[in-house]
Amino acid sequence: MSEENFKLSRRRFLQAGAVGTMLSAGYSASAIAQSDTPHLSDYQPEYFTAAEWDFIVAATDRLIPADGEGPGALDAHVPIFIDRQLVGSFGQAADWYMEGPHDPNAPAALGYQSPLTPAEAYRAGIAELNTWCKENHGAVFAELEKETKDAVLTSLEKGDIELADTKGANLFDLLLQNTKEGYFADPMYGGNHEMAAWNHIGFPGARASFREWVGIEKPYPLGPVDISGKRG
Amino acid sequence: MARKEKKRDVVIVGLGWTGSILGMELCNEGLDVLALERGGDRDTVPDFQYPAIADELKYGVRYGFMQKPRNSTVTVRRSESETALPYRHLGSFLPGDGVGGAGMHWNGHTFRPMAEEFQLKSYVEQNFGKDLISDEMAIQDWGISYQELEPYFDRFEKVAGIAGQAGNLKGEIREGGNPFEAPRSNDYPMPPLPQTVDSNKFADAARKMGYHPYPRPSGVASKAYTNPYGMQLGPCNFCGFCERFGCYQYSKSSPQTCILDALKRKENFEYRTNAEVLKIELAADGKTAKGVTYMDANGEEVYQPADMVILAAYQLHNVHLMLLSGIGQAYNPATGDGVIGKNYAYQTNGGTALFFKDIDFNPFVGNGSNGHVIDDFAINRIDFGAEGFIGGSYISSGTFNGQPIRSMRLPGGTPKWGAGWKSAIKEWYGHSMAIGSHGSNMSYHTNHLDLDPTYKDKYGRPLMRMTFNWKSNDIRMTQFMKSKIEPLAESMNPDIMQSSFKKEGAMYDVRPYQTTHNVGGAIMGSDPKSSALNKFLQTWDVHNVFVMGANAFPQNIQYNPTGTVGALAYWAVEAIRKDYLPNPRPLV
Ligand SMILES: Cc1cc2nc3c(=O)[nH]c(=O)nc-3n(C[C@H](O)[C@H](O)[C@H](O)COP(=O)(O)OP(=O)(O)OC[C@H]3O[C@@H](n4cnc5c(N)ncnc54)[C@H](O)[C@@H]3O)c2cc1C
Ligand code: SF4
Repeated sequence: MSEENFKLSRRRFLQAGAVGTMLSAGYSASAIAQSDTPHLSDYQPEYFTAAEWDFIVAATDRLIPADGEGPGALDAHVPIFIDRQLVGSFGQAADWYMEGPHDPNAPAALGYQSPLTPAEAYRAGIAELNTWCKENHGAVFAELEKETKDAVLTSLEKGDIELADTKGANLFDLLLQNTKEGYFADPMYGGNHEMAAWNHIGFPGARASFREWVGIEKPYPLGPVDISGKRG
Repeated sequence: MARKEKKRDVVIVGLGWTGSILGMELCNEGLDVLALERGGDRDTVPDFQYPAIADELKYGVRYGFMQKPRNSTVTVRRSESETALPYRHLGSFLPGDGVGGAGMHWNGHTFRPMAEEFQLKSYVEQNFGKDLISDEMAIQDWGISYQELEPYFDRFEKVAGIAGQAGNLKGEIREGGNPFEAPRSNDYPMPPLPQTVDSNKFADAARKMGYHPYPRPSGVASKAYTNPYGMQLGPCNFCGFCERFGCYQYSKSSPQTCILDALKRKENFEYRTNAEVLKIELAADGKTAKGVTYMDANGEEVYQPADMVILAAYQLHNVHLMLLSGIGQAYNPATGDGVIGKNYAYQTNGGTALFFKDIDFNPFVGNGSNGHVIDDFAINRIDFGAEGFIGGSYISSGTFNGQPIRSMRLPGGTPKWGAGWKSAIKEWYGHSMAIGSHGSNMSYHTNHLDLDPTYKDKYGRPLMRMTFNWKSNDIRMTQFMKSKIEPLAESMNPDIMQSSFKKEGAMYDVRPYQTTHNVGGAIMGSDPKSSALNKFLQTWDVHNVFVMGANAFPQNIQYNPTGTVGALAYWAVEAIRKDYLPNPRPLV
């Protein structure tokens, strides 16, 4: 199929999608939820305390900084995503096997063995890391200079700063994984604000129909759509 | 006291691929069949509908359709001396849960093994000598031949609606197919799908090197198709939300798209969801089963009597239920006695990533079974004596999805975070491909399954314990694949190239996804001393219990298992219908 025909059939597809939007209640409900998402500065965290929130904002801002091309973690509202995940089933380890005994010294290759849920691990880890920052740099993480923040995160990543209170959970790994999830997940989860991360890399989001583009070695022409039907 | 339900002719434990096949075939025989599925009900509408299904976080990352370890898991250790610890959240393998089982969220790669794989031990001994089989190895013949199973492969391919290109049709070698495959009686029911950019480039490079690329046989429909049960599939649109997802398009082969709607219309079929079987109940003499005990949705224990019990609960759960119910003697690695739990094996995979600045691969254009494959280094193509290992791999390239949380391939040395990561994801997303090897995994006396002494499930039953590690033979095999893949990758002139193959000393790591191709533990064979099931998948000790699934494999084949699992299910149910039902008894 030529590119020309492809665009035509694509337009038909999108029109069909729009009709679906009006007919399906569940569909429009999530669209409303999304437009209601507050801006980062107005957001009231559901899980994090004010001190924890300051840490999450400061740390995700270093993990995906605003400088250069593409959105930073704060532009993408990553902290909102993480906060919502922690009050939800992920944060509560609702699907995980959490029975003891727990061996916090288990080989990493045997997987997560902490008795703490991810939400509890964030709480314990942030408190201990802030204490460490005060002792070693005279202020909590959020108040440090950029370079110091990066050095602290690097030490945490390498295991040079050990957080005993997380009982074997790895705060850095959790934070980095959840930050990338919040950057790239559908906007209905609170992050990837305005699909900016999808636009940055050229991922068309929830389009999910590419028969006409199989084997074509040219940049895909259409921007992203999200699950609520919005275009990015 | 458990509530007692009305007796049935047959009770099936688990309603995934094999449970659905057995349900259909036994209902067609006129039997009164009840399937008990531990998870919830699930169908294309509403559970896989667009657009809600296009949610990477929910299904791809948080495992929305899979088993919840809180409800069911195993413990894992790498050796007898390590303390096994629970597999607390999913990683390495992703068992299914709910109607359709893992068959609704699989990829659909649907292969037949090489004829030699069914007689692996004899094949090695006859061609390369007994000495090649080390003392720690536990490989066995299956007790069945490819020729016996051929009609049942054909049957499964027609029911599942497999798209592919025959390479050996009744002995005649066909251009564009796999010339090294065993003879097949019929072509695939559907022609192959079109292929993505990476897959085509790989095929061209392979052809130039004198190899024999063929399109991967796929449980992903290439056209409109009606299967023998009257179920209809439509062509795949390469939505890129395939493996780990249900198909919103009725294109992916699954129990839902290929069997269940036809089965649910039968009056002699009933299924109950949220019904987890806890135990198979045996008669006083231990020679037959009387039925099963399960927990219903309200948490009430139910005794369900039946004349026959079919275990179709997936490899891990079949073995667990046999251990808990005392069907067959548990395997003891210290003495070598017993059969339940022995020969657990996995899959030995590796791969090379290739980065090309100037090529647009559009990785979001994909399907679970996309790709070209070469079998030039498959099990029947390697001189094991000269190379010093037993095994082989298929080598392939193709795109399944471009979802950015889990499919962000970056060159080694790229920062994992910070400004460097952010610019690298823009630079490299959509500009890379991979060539992978998917290989056999031998069985060993020390890789096995038993009951954990410490950890319990929510019903207070011991979890199953997996003792598994990589062994030197299979590492030599995968290193051999590296030596073949790298020159092929180099011939494609990538800007950057990097390999990841297990090295000597590699230890099993439960964290990264590898495959949901757990095999063995209740293996088939020709001798009750060394196998749990006879060649008809009937337990040697309890003749009215038949066990479906990859637990029957004495070691792992080099291919994905489900083609064989499906063929074995059709083979076994034919024996049940024609031979067992008229005269119930041990068939061997
Ligand atoms: C992401 C993914 C990709 C895969 N890709 C491929 C592929 O490309 N090619 C391939 O060959 N294979 C693939 N597989 C493997 C394939 O899905 C399985 O081989 C196949 O589904 C096995 O069929 P089965 O009938 O044995 O088990 P399943 O289809 O998993 O069905 C078992 C059912 O039993 C139920 N059950 C378990 N315990 C109990 C109990 N106690 N009581 C009641 N019910 C119970 C489960 O909930 C489940 O529904 C993949 C698997 C996954 C997870
Ligand atoms: S890629 Fe094709 S078969 Fe797979 S889920 Fe999408 S439409 Fe279905």
